[in-house]
Amino acid sequence: MAEIWVHVEEDAGAVAPITLEILTKARTLGVDVVAVALGSAAGQTAKLGEYGATKVLADARSDYTEFFSLPAVEAFVALALERKPLAIIFGGSYDGRDIGCRVAARLGVGMAAFATDISVEGETVKVEVPIFGATQVSKKSFAGSGPYVVTIRPKAFAAEAGGAGAPAVEEVSPELPDSSKRVRILDRSVEASEGPKLEEAPVVVTGGRGMGGPENFNILQELAGLLGGAVGATRAVVDAGWMPYAMQVGQTGKTVKPNVYIACGVSGAMQHTVGMKGSKNIISINKDEEAPIFKLSDLGIVGDVHKVVPQIIEAVKAKKG
Amino acid sequence: MNVFVTVKQTPDPNATPKLGDNHRLVREGVELVMDQGDEYGVEEGLQLAEKTGGQVTVVSMGPEKANDAIRKALSMGAESGILITDPALAGSDGLGTARAIAAAVKDKGFDILICGTESFDGSTGMVPPMVAEILGIPHLSFAKKLDVEDGKIKVQRQTADGYVTLETETPVVVTVTGGLNEPRYPTLKGIMGAKSKTVETVDAAALGLDAGAVGEGGALVKVESVEPAPQRAAGEIITDEGQSGERVAALLVELKVL
Ligand SMILES: Cc1cc2nc3c(=O)[nH]c(=O)nc-3n(C[C@H](O)[C@H](O)[C@H](O)COP(=O)(O)OP(=O)(O)OC[C@H]3O[C@@H](n4cnc5c(N)ncnc54)[C@H](O)[C@@H]3O)c2cc1C
Ligand SMILES: Nc1ncnc2c1ncn2[C@@H]1O[C@H](COP(=O)(O)O)[C@@H](O)[C@H]1O
Repeated sequence: MAEIWVHVEEDAGAVAPITLEILTKARTLGVDVVAVALGSAAGQTAKLGEYGATKVLADARSDYTEFFSLPAVEAFVALALERKPLAIIFGGSYDGRDIGCRVAARLGVGMAAFATDISVEGETVKVEVPIFGATQVSKKSFAGSGPYVVTIRPKAFAAEAGGAGAPAVEEVSPELPDSSKRVRILDRSVEASEGPKLEEAPVVVTGGRGMGGPENFNILQELAGLLGGAVGATRAVVDAGWMPYAMQVGQTGKTVKPNVYIACGVSGAMQHTVGMKGSKNIISINKDEEAPIFKLSDLGIVGDVHKVVPQIIEAVKAKKG
Repeated sequence: MNVFVTVKQTPDPNATPKLGDNHRLVREGVELVMDQGDEYGVEEGLQLAEKTGGQVTVVSMGPEKANDAIRKALSMGAESGILITDPALAGSDGLGTARAIAAAVKDKGFDILICGTESFDGSTGMVPPMVAEILGIPHLSFAKKLDVEDGKIKVQRQTADGYVTLETETPVVVTVTGGLNEPRYPTLKGIMGAKSKTVETVDAAALGLDAGAVGEGGALVKVESVEPAPQRAAGEIITDEGQSGERVAALLVELKVL
């Protein structure tokens, strides 16, 4: 059977959601699903099996965590040349993109970025890539020989356990030339935020430029707090320095799919909506009745955020008693 | 420092993009601008050159019209440009584009090649890391801060929840994110001065590119079809008259958030 490889990413010591999402999809493709776990991720084999990996290629060397990106590129290239998988899937994440692009360039193979679906028929791999703010879907196939490289957009698939259980683990040790140890990771900084993580929160309250200034985000924090949610921001807000980038929702920020998304003073530009249109319910507040955000809102309120948001807070408090 | 910056010409983000029958972006009849992300790249390059006493060269691949993007960078203060243009390069995918850009810069002795993180129309961010890979040099991505210390390049690379600090030696490719600087506007003097600056034009043959590795024929990803994506329907729209707080709270109860 053809093999599809999945790059394993970690997040705060656990397998990253994007990896679990990809494994969940991969196990439906009728291929052997092989997880490639480099560095500390090599210790995650049980979880990888639970989500669908039948085999794990594991290399626990610390080079992968001490040096940026390049050791992983070398490992993938060396292993792929030797074993010739049909395709290699990476997350459409910071690390996945950096490694995937270089692997594709070195192997001289086709690469499709930010796919939201993938299918396999024999030796043919097809992907679907949303374009123009996900208003259209581009269906793509590959020319030339594999391994084809694909990155998958976060939240394209829902992660669900259901693999066959403990995977076969093969320790590997591809050669890592000194030239791959050229970029040192000096330190990591986490911009801590309160409450649930933006990508996982059941409710997201997002502020756009219509909030008027960073000081007005307090009411969004309050509302999110009452609803057990997280606060998001548009790029206009992040570029203006009102809020940190970690809060940005959209094409160049995070993809969120909460139960309820509340957009406050957000126009609804396509680069923003691509990151939130998968939300189950969308409520928006904008003073301009022509604002594009209303076209995809379940409930649209034409009004001033400075009046409407405090009203919502009051009404929610009353309901909570 | 010998600073190189790539600039791509893309459709004005305020216009609605369209695809032609060949699934390629329609570039006729739409206003083209220097990609917004590349404005940050040019600005960062100019600041770096000013600080270290160097020059900025801009590189663009595209139809003849892409020269406008180069001209804009020259009027912002870049010193010279390289335009890679050839009908044989039309339809290149990310790898084909990266091969052409890599070939154009490889013997130029640059210390740093600054690129945007992802372009407005391609938005795949594949080109810069691929250029770095082809040249066999590192790339530092998603830089929200870029510094030079003792000849070493240091960046703060954005991550999902903060940043990591990376350091390496030159030559290097760096991709910059929006918001790391405030791109300057070309001054009248800059615009006048740009007219006498030189732009070298090169084609696929001059770059020694293998015809099978670039252009539409060399593209390893084929678009089979483009279809409308299922869209959400608009729901109810109300005008706030003091009742919307209640209305939202009731909906939140219905959705079991409250
Ligand atoms: C390559 C690229 C990538 C991008 N990636 C992203 C991304 O990841 N995320 C993202 O968000 N954007 C992204 N953008 C930017 C995007 O195109 C928009 O510019 C941005 O989303 C607009 O943010 P905004 O809605 O806050 O601001 P605006 O578009 O300025 O909208 C503000 C809205 O607030 C309303 N308003 C003003 N005052 C009030 C008030 N008192 N009460 C109620 N409403 C009010 C206005 O009517 C308006 O609709 C990207 C752009 C490009 C080119
Ligand atoms: N045709 C091109 N000419 C010049 N630079 C380009 C070109 N394509 C991509 N780039 C550079 O690579 C960055 C990322 O583009 P992309 O890979 O298309 O998302 C852009 O911001 C540019 O700096």
